[in-house]
Formats: sequence, structure tokens, C-alpha cells
Amino acid sequence: MDDLYREVIIEHYKNPTYRGQLNPHDISFADNNPLCGDHIQIDLRVDAEGTVTDARFDGHGCAISQASADLLIEAIVGKPLESIKRLGKQDVLDLLGIDLGPVRLKCALLSLKVLKAGVYGLGEASDELVEE
Amino acid sequence: MRPENAMKFNIDEIRKDFPILTRETQSGARVVYLDSTATSQKPVQVIEAMNAYYRRSNANIHRGVHTLAEESTALYEGARERIARFINASSAREVIYTRNTTESINLVAYSWARANLQAGDLVILTEMEHHSNLVPWQMLQAEKGIELEFIPVTEDGLLDLETYKTLLNRRPKLVSFTHMSNVLGTINPAQEMIRLAHEAGALALVDGAQSVPHLQVDVRALDADFYAFSAHKMCGPTGIGALYGKPALLEAMPPFLGGGDMIKEVKLRSFRPNTLPHKFEAGTPAIAEAIGFGAAVDYLSQIGMDAIARHEHEITSYALERLEEIPGLKLFGPSADQKGGVAAFVLDGIHPHDVAQILDRDGIAVRAGHHCAQPLHEKFGIPATSRASFYLYSTKEEVDLLVNGIYKVKELFG
Ligand SMILES: Cc1ncc(COP(=O)(O)O)c(C=O)c1O
Repeated sequence: MDDLYREVIIEHYKNPTYRGQLNPHDISFADNNPLCGDHIQIDLRVDAEGTVTDARFDGHGCAISQASADLLIEAIVGKPLESIKRLGKQDVLDLLGIDLGPVRLKCALLSLKVLKAGVYGLGEASDELVEE
Repeated sequence: MRPENAMKFNIDEIRKDFPILTRETQSGARVVYLDSTATSQKPVQVIEAMNAYYRRSNANIHRGVHTLAEESTALYEGARERIARFINASSAREVIYTRNTTESINLVAYSWARANLQAGDLVILTEMEHHSNLVPWQMLQAEKGIELEFIPVTEDGLLDLETYKTLLNRRPKLVSFTHMSNVLGTINPAQEMIRLAHEAGALALVDGAQSVPHLQVDVRALDADFYAFSAHKMCGPTGIGALYGKPALLEAMPPFLGGGDMIKEVKLRSFRPNTLPHKFEAGTPAIAEAIGFGAAVDYLSQIGMDAIARHEHEITSYALERLEEIPGLKLFGPSADQKGGVAAFVLDGIHPHDVAQILDRDGIAVRAGHHCAQPLHEKFGIPATSRASFYLYSTKEEVDLLVNGIYKVKELFG
């Protein structure tokens, strides 16, 4: 419980590396967590081989949602889109280095949901994208 | 009003009535319950009344002739009589049991409004409504083409009554507003607003979810046409609430849900509805909960609503004073004299969810989010607030723990 607000989370929340937007971009997707109004937008640039060359996130919300977005972007820059499709809940928890209750899990997984919906080119981000 | 009760207000004795207040949370801290606006805690008197019903009297009500059925019916209807007296209705037949405030408002929207409103008719709401007093009217707007207008909320968290008066020139059919805001705490001038509505030829529905638990409410002095409230916010159980309505209006309204109990006579192709209040109560109701509701109003009456309001005012004034001292903390809503026991706030650069989560480590229960009043938060340009709320069992020590907790949050986020 006490390491829910680990230094790394507070640090990524206060001083994110990848906050911003990319224009132009190849993929852009945004969604809310209706529970708390967290909002995340993710922009990606992808090269001809399908590799993510640059990425940014924007939005607002709690430390968990914003820090996990920053950590997630850090983890996917330079990676092929195909590998993003395989990311799941546990990968985000590993990035954060914490365990979360069901309510805060939604905050943590918002960025992955947005990212995968964008990569799959879906109209809407569904919870199924981040289950397992 | 009842000075002898003021003498009896003993916070230590009151806290003993609420067993949950002595429990510890995961972290080993004693719970500091500052979320009574969402739902109140329950005194043993209420818990025992419901247990006693199940242990001794349980049976279905109304049609039975055996001892248990008669006893259950008497308990269920006796509770209704005391609830009616609690809000000074003239008779128990004006009090309809519902599941909660939300269902009470929906009952008016489904029954009265569908029978009486047509395309183009105006309903006035306010910008500080809970979703339960917005969505039913939006649904009716989509279905019937009624129009909606909203009394604006000022920067101070008060209703802009001048705009209200202007809106009344458009001859609305209904004005529906909350007596007390669950976010800002604002106590609206219900009596005056209802008088103005009546002068304009409109009926008035009051959302009393936050007022009945905390203030002495007199539906007849207010001259409210409909008044909605929930037991669970006033020391009673979940699953039961009430709608007060003026009898002439209720008599003329078509039934809401159809089924058993709400009928006088059923043929294969027709029915005759029951008399009030049963006409609106289809199916087996929440009997134990109604009895618990009755025990809750007994409990509150015995302590005295004036004494409770006085205590809450003292705690709220103290809380606002202490919270205002915290750098980077912004409070929403009017000053203590114009509000009930609610303190909604934001901390610079720290999301309300993080505030609530960190406070929870010290056992402090506050709520974070939009508190089912999303449009109000949008108005203030924020997605969410943290909200501490107080009730008869809240203490200044708990306020101090909250303030210390907030300083810890600030420290963590540096
Ligand atoms: C002002 C107000 N209105 C309506 C409601 C809805 O009450 P319930 O959920 O019991 O129907 C609430 C409860 O949060 C409230 O605070």
C-alpha cells in the first residue's frame, strides 16, 4: 500500500518525459475514464516497417494514470506495433512496480487502452483490450 | 426550537451508537468517516430494529391475516406515519415509499410529468443538480420535446435568483431543484423559490436527499408539491426512500409501476388502482428497510434536528477555517452560514483521487470525483474535487486529522 506512491510514480507524474502532442502523426487516439474524468490522448509516428519512431501522451488525471502513460510511452518508442498489440495489464503493473485495487487499476490501464485502440484502429476503446 | 434537546447533544454518547466508527482500516488506523454525504453510518438502534423484524415479525404485508403478517404490516405502516410526521406531512398517505431519491424523482417524471407535460413545456432545473435530477428530465426531453432551462450557479456557489425570476416569465410547468447541494453544500432558499414558482403557475419538486438528513424540513411550511429523499443518508438503510406529494396531485396522477399491492381490483383486461399511498407501491416492498427508516427518524428526532444542525454548523465552520489555512487548497461553495456540512476542495497540482487514496492510509474516508454532479464541475472548470462531509457524529478531532493528512499529501507530492 505504502509504495503506491513510489518516487518513480510521483516523478513521472510531476516531470513527464513524453507529455505533449505530435503533429503530424500517423496514429492518434483519446479516451476518458468516466469514473474520475482522467483523460489521455496518445499520438504515434510509425515508419514503413511498422516501428514506433516517436510518441507523446497528453491529458489530465491522477498520478497513477499520468505516470503510467509516461512509462508506457517510454517503453514503446522504438518498438514494432505488433508488440504493442501483445501488451497487457501485467506489463503496465510491471512498469509501475505496484499492485492496484480494481478502482485504481482503471486509472493505470487507461493509457494502454487508448494506445491499443489507436494501434488496432478501433472506433472505441474497450476494457477487453487490457484484460487478462 | 427544542432547547431541552440541545442539552442532550452529547457527541461521545452519539458516537457510541455507531459501532462502525470504532473499526480500523487495513493500515491499522481507526476509521475517520468523512463521507456521510454519500451515505451516512447507521446507529445500533436502526440495525437492531431491522434485525428484530427479521427475528420476530417477518412476513409479507397487507394481505395476510395471521399474527406475523399483521405485525409486519403495522411496523411497515407505523414507520410511514413517523416519516410523515418527521417532515410534517399532514398524513401518511402523502408519503410514498420508493427505493431512494432517484426513484422518487423518476416517479414524478414518469407519472406526473408524462401525464401533464407536452412538447414545448418548460421545466426549470439548476446547474448544481445531482445527475438524478438531470437525467430523468433529459430523458423526458428526448421523449416528449419538453424544454429545459437551468438556474445558473454564481462563483460563490449560490443560485442566481435574478435569472431564476427572469426564467419564470416563460411560464414553466415545473421547477425542480436541490434543497442542499451535495458538492457545494449550498442550502438553497427553498421556501422563496417555491413561492416564486407557484406565482408563475409552476409546481415545485425539491430534491431533499441532503436536506432531510441535516435540517428540520417542513414540507407544508415550504409548500412543496413534491419532496424526494433517501433513508441511507439519514442513518437509515439503503434500498428505501420516500416521495412526499400533495394529496390532490398524487390522487390525480396515473400509477407508476403496475403489479400487486398497487391495485384495488384486477380483471383480465382491466384494473382499478389502489388508494394512496399504495397506488404507487407495486410488488413486495423493502419491509425491513422501511422499518429501519422509521427507526432512523426516531433516532434523529430524539436527538433533535436543531441540535444536529447546530453541531454540524460548528464542525463545518471549524473545518472551513482550518482548510482555508492550507496553501494551495481551494474550497468550493459558500461560507459556513449558507451551507451544510460539506467541504469540496482541490489541491494545486494534485489530483483528487490521489488525495483520497493517500488520506485512506490514515483511515480517513473522503470521496473524490465529480460526485454525480458533472455539469457543476464543468462549470467550475475542474474534472473532480475531493469532498469531506460531516454529520452528527463528526468531531473537530476528525477535522484535525483530515488537515494533517492533507499536509502529508502535499509533502509526498513535494
Ligand atoms: C443532492 C442529491 N440528490 C440526489 C441524490 C441521489 O440519492 P440516491 O442515490 O439515494 O437516489 C444524492 C445522493 O448522492 C444527492 O446528494
